[in-house]
Amino acid sequence: MKQLTILLLGIYFGVILVKSEVASWFRIQEMFLFNEAHMYLVIVSAIAVGAFSLWLIRRFEARTIQREPIVLKPKPFQYGVIFGGIIFGMGWAITGACPGPIYAQIGAGEWPAFVTFLGAMLGMYGYAWLQPLLPHGEFKFGRQGASNHAAGSAVGAGD
Amino acid sequence: MNFLLQPWPWYIAGPLIGLTVPLLLLLANKQLGISSSFRHLGAICTPKSRFPYLSAYNWRRHSWNLIFVGGVLIGAFLATQFLSAEPVTMLPESAGTPWGLVKLGIGGVLVGFGTRYANGCTSGHTIMGISMLNRGSMVATVFFFVGGLITTYLLGFIF
Repeated sequence: MKQLTILLLGIYFGVILVKSEVASWFRIQEMFLFNEAHMYLVIVSAIAVGAFSLWLIRRFEARTIQREPIVLKPKPFQYGVIFGGIIFGMGWAITGACPGPIYAQIGAGEWPAFVTFLGAMLGMYGYAWLQPLLPHGEFKFGRQGASNHAAGSAVGAGD
Repeated sequence: MNFLLQPWPWYIAGPLIGLTVPLLLLLANKQLGISSSFRHLGAICTPKSRFPYLSAYNWRRHSWNLIFVGGVLIGAFLATQFLSAEPVTMLPESAGTPWGLVKLGIGGVLVGFGTRYANGCTSGHTIMGISMLNRGSMVATVFFFVGGLITTYLLGFIF
């Protein structure tokens, strides 16, 4: 049942990635060229809705429909978000696709996107290989730094 | 019904993307994220990898993510086939040329490496992470754009 729910939510997400055009190379180009506000408005309104719903979930200590408590696990703030972030951003501008849209483009029948996917798998293997050598030190700031993950094990533990 | 078949405006698409965050939490107790799927697939394809990042990783605990990604593929297919008045083009025609495919491959490597090093992508950091007010995710998003702008304005003559 849970699997089916997740599949349906994935379908929902995939439909929106196409209909919002965020999976379009053209939209990503115009975003980085500051030609159109579309992408920025989509991202900001998505965050606004996401943040407000999380505020409600926390405020009322909402539970899942299976009555499980919802525990939000923050990702560690480590060097990777800077160096990895820049590297991903470069790839995003070249391919016109972040990971969700890579799958959306393939599903939509844009077959060159399969090359993007194969590249992404290769990049993932590259990271798996170099991980022990790369800096993953965490930035500590009061409460947030107390997420107490050992950098090595926390990296990749989330999404 | 006709407006459904056109690309959706940001004020519809953005909030619908944001709604994925509470829907996934309330219905399945999962945090939105896509890019970890590369790691799961790597761990499945090469369970005896010499990289502990893959061989010492229990992908089964995160298998929901692959179901979600499968849904994205299906959703994108449905959106292009049945929810679009005109054929959907997400990549420029040049993407299918040899040089276009090389670019997608290089960009894909950067996307795969960068998102794994940053431990998240536009979904996991920009939408989910910032909605959680996670400081690392805000920094990650800034650097996604730094990387994208570097490519667009400094490397634009290549890509």
